[in-house]
Amino acid sequence: MREADGLFRPRIGVVVFPGACDDRDALLALERLGAEAVPVWHQEATLPDLAAVVLPGGFSYGDYLRCGAIARFSPAMEAVTRFAEAGGPVLGICNGFQVLCEADLLPGALRPNVSLSFVCRDVQLVVENAGTEFMGRCEAGQRLSIPVKHGEGCWFAEPDLVASVERAGQVVLRYAAGENPNGSVGDVAGVCNEDGNVFGLMPHPEHAVDPLLGSTDGAVILGSLVDAARERSGAPV
Amino acid sequence: MKATILVRPKTGILDPQGEAVEASLRQLGFPVERARVGRLVDLELGDAADPAAAREQVDQMCRRLLANPLIESYEITLAEAEPAS
Repeated sequence: MREADGLFRPRIGVVVFPGACDDRDALLALERLGAEAVPVWHQEATLPDLAAVVLPGGFSYGDYLRCGAIARFSPAMEAVTRFAEAGGPVLGICNGFQVLCEADLLPGALRPNVSLSFVCRDVQLVVENAGTEFMGRCEAGQRLSIPVKHGEGCWFAEPDLVASVERAGQVVLRYAAGENPNGSVGDVAGVCNEDGNVFGLMPHPEHAVDPLLGSTDGAVILGSLVDAARERSGAPV
Repeated sequence: MKATILVRPKTGILDPQGEAVEASLRQLGFPVERARVGRLVDLELGDAADPAAAREQVDQMCRRLLANPLIESYEITLAEAEPAS
């Protein structure tokens, strides 16, 4: 699809699980940032022709058993796993991050916040690795203000795994000093896989794309994804 | 055949839920040194003839879905189903 401004709108899918609640915000944000955003129902065993996939926040399947544990076996996730393995960009936000960890597409696991409290506030983040497709509009060291809202966002991995993730530059986003809202190991707010095409983060960029809501820093991340999706679609950038 | 699976947070892993329970029990005056909170899953497996095969299958269930091996350990107990009365 081509817009009046001449920019190609790459198609990005947002997987809708039962219990998702941020899928509409993600669709709206991606549309506003220049994508053609389409919902993908969790029962779909094949994906439409997509340039990128977003797993939105929420409480898929009621967060039963463990957050993301049931969603990872949904037909759509099997298709998303194949898409990711073929190199397609996949972004998991909050519950989407939990699903990606459960699906072994990202390292580590997300546990209940150390405080046992649900946290809902803006947090300051630092971009650690600006080299992935999700950070094309950022620079390393850049600070972003994006809200979190979760009860189980404490990223955990054994020390050996943490060391290898750090060494490989897979820590993409960190909570700024004194900002860690959940007790995550190493202040990790977002990690990517070894190939850099799968990225999960606890903060919600889709809630920070309009100045009315206090910050537009989320548009930096989602806009980077739209840029990358456009490039992958083979369209003139 | 019935299977009971106990899923526990791995030793050494921070368990904020267990800590909250521990603090609350102490507040009630109980002499608790430590509390860890896990999960119990009861399964009814029908007429599984071979206990070894049943155990292997339940083990797979644990590895694939019921426990996250990064953060949880699990323990399986198999028992014959009680005869219908």
